[in-house]
Amino acid sequence: MKALCWQGVNELGVERVPDPAVLNDQDAIVRVRASATCGSDLHLIGGYIPAMQAGDVLGHEFIGEVVETGPGVRRLGVGDRVVVCSVVACGRCRYCEDGLWSLCDNGNPNSGMGAALWGYETGGLYGYSHATGGFRGSHAEYVRVPFADYGAFPVPDGIDDDAAVFASDAVPTGWMGAELGGVTGGDTVAVWGAGAVGQMAAWSAGQLGAERVIVIDRLRDRLDMAQRHLGVETIDYTATDVGAELRERTGGRGPDVCIEAVGMEAHGTGPQHVYDKVKQLLRLETDRPQAAREAVMACRKGGSVFLLGVFVGLVDKFPLGAVMNKGLTVRGAQQHGQRYIPMLLERMAEGALQTRHLATHTMPLRRGAEAYELFKEKRDGCVRAVLHP
Amino acid sequence: MHWLAKNVALTVGVAILRFMLRAVERRIAARGTRPASDPAERWLAVTVNAAPETVAADPQVRRLQDVPGLKVRLTPAPGGRSTEIAARFTGDALAGRTGPLSRIAGRDPRQPVRRALRNTKSMLETGEVLRTEPTRPRTPGGRFMAALARRSGGEGRL
Ligand SMILES: NC(=O)c1ccc[n+]([C@@H]2O[C@H](COP(=O)([O-])OP(=O)(O)OC[C@H]3O[C@@H](n4cnc5c(N)ncnc54)[C@H](O)[C@@H]3O)[C@@H](O)[C@H]2O)c1
Ligand SMILES: [Zn+2]
Ligand SMILES: [Zn+2]
Repeated sequence: MKALCWQGVNELGVERVPDPAVLNDQDAIVRVRASATCGSDLHLIGGYIPAMQAGDVLGHEFIGEVVETGPGVRRLGVGDRVVVCSVVACGRCRYCEDGLWSLCDNGNPNSGMGAALWGYETGGLYGYSHATGGFRGSHAEYVRVPFADYGAFPVPDGIDDDAAVFASDAVPTGWMGAELGGVTGGDTVAVWGAGAVGQMAAWSAGQLGAERVIVIDRLRDRLDMAQRHLGVETIDYTATDVGAELRERTGGRGPDVCIEAVGMEAHGTGPQHVYDKVKQLLRLETDRPQAAREAVMACRKGGSVFLLGVFVGLVDKFPLGAVMNKGLTVRGAQQHGQRYIPMLLERMAEGALQTRHLATHTMPLRRGAEAYELFKEKRDGCVRAVLHP
Repeated sequence: MHWLAKNVALTVGVAILRFMLRAVERRIAARGTRPASDPAERWLAVTVNAAPETVAADPQVRRLQDVPGLKVRLTPAPGGRSTEIAARFTGDALAGRTGPLSRIAGRDPRQPVRRALRNTKSMLETGEVLRTEPTRPRTPGGRFMAALARRSGGEGRL
């Protein structure tokens, strides 16, 4: 089959790879109908996340049709149109039972790598390096879906592929940030990053009762999109001092909940950004945490900061003193999608959640490399490119 | 040759890392109430989300209990929801076989025990041990990564 492969740092190409097969009884094979680019892929493509191998298939946000099931699959059937959570998790370990699916004990066969990086290994992810299991990604004609009964969810008729596909990753990620960030009625919530993840976090915050939601980015088209589709306020961080602006808008208090949806390749304006770039280049720090720092500093006393953006290792000049002295709660996670996807699909079916506008570009799989070029450079208003095999 | 060098480098890397972790652990242990012990004699343990009776009746657990020189201990985990399986070599079962060289050669007797504990847990909890799709390494970096992935399977925080 054809698949979009990582061939080296900043090198992508469509290649012929072997068709996937059922390797475990609880696997299903899904024929991909649509598969989207995600900000997380950029960290892999740029070589910031180690443990990639030339030939690895990218992609983890996808929808497809079940074409084969292993003998251990009970709930799913051939022909089902399903959205598959980007996280591979067993559904029966202690973490899965507690709703912390991305921490699954049994979803990552390459246990040693995660343990070396983080002290303990985490669950698996599709198309996301050998440190998270080495599973082949979804920018392909077919994908193997392990623990299919737990990770694949039938999509109600009436939601088209290019809208439903985001229920796989961007939407549950955003929801998790708002929910586990502790958003409640009357809160003011600030979201760094107006990509699909940030926008979905902003929407979720509103659903959970936030009275004001403020989205921060520098890309005008994305800020405009958030304003138009979600009715949120925006801040262009290149035009103003974000901390001062947030203080002014919140009666001097600062936001109650700050959600960071930017990650390890944050851009910045001041000398701090140059410092981070150099240190990251020299591999003296693995991540550039500009937006995370800003969120911690801007957050109100006793508030909460949730890190949705992906970080892999060590950062520099992190304002730990602010965390301690302001009494902040800081959390983060790869998304626990299985916990939210059925509820989110329902909201999509009811029309309460619109996602179609995030698919600014739809392209055939064979133009995958070009799609990533657009997405990476944020050219032509690209928020997500959706690939069709 | 190239491949061998990489493979050795990689295993040594893992071993050094583990050694460093162990050094930290020992320092911590030294500060606590518990006397520092030879890391080779530590219990290797996993916690299984199943009742002690279920775990005790499992054929794989029984097999582990039959390994010569291996002590296996089952304990209900705090909170009453799961069971700890711990294993430790006693006597001279490990004699001279726990250094980095044994590790490179894959001859450290604890390696299969780690893997068995992990697999037993997965079988008991899910009914299977997840397999990875084969890769086709084609660059030195890729071969390195493939070897690292292979080696990392039975490792982890155990
Ligand atoms: N936790 C999870 O499970 C999960 C899931 C999906 C994505 N992610 C991560 O979430 C992050 C966002 O994903 P995405 O798909 O929306 O990516 P994206 O690249 O489309 O969006 C990132 C946005 O951040 C903006 N940005 C950069 N620096 C900034 C700064 N200093 N302040 C404010 N905004 C800034 C960029 O202009 C861009 O619009 C990535 O790090 C991605 O890896 C995490
Ligand atoms: Zn993603
Ligand atoms: Zn699990």
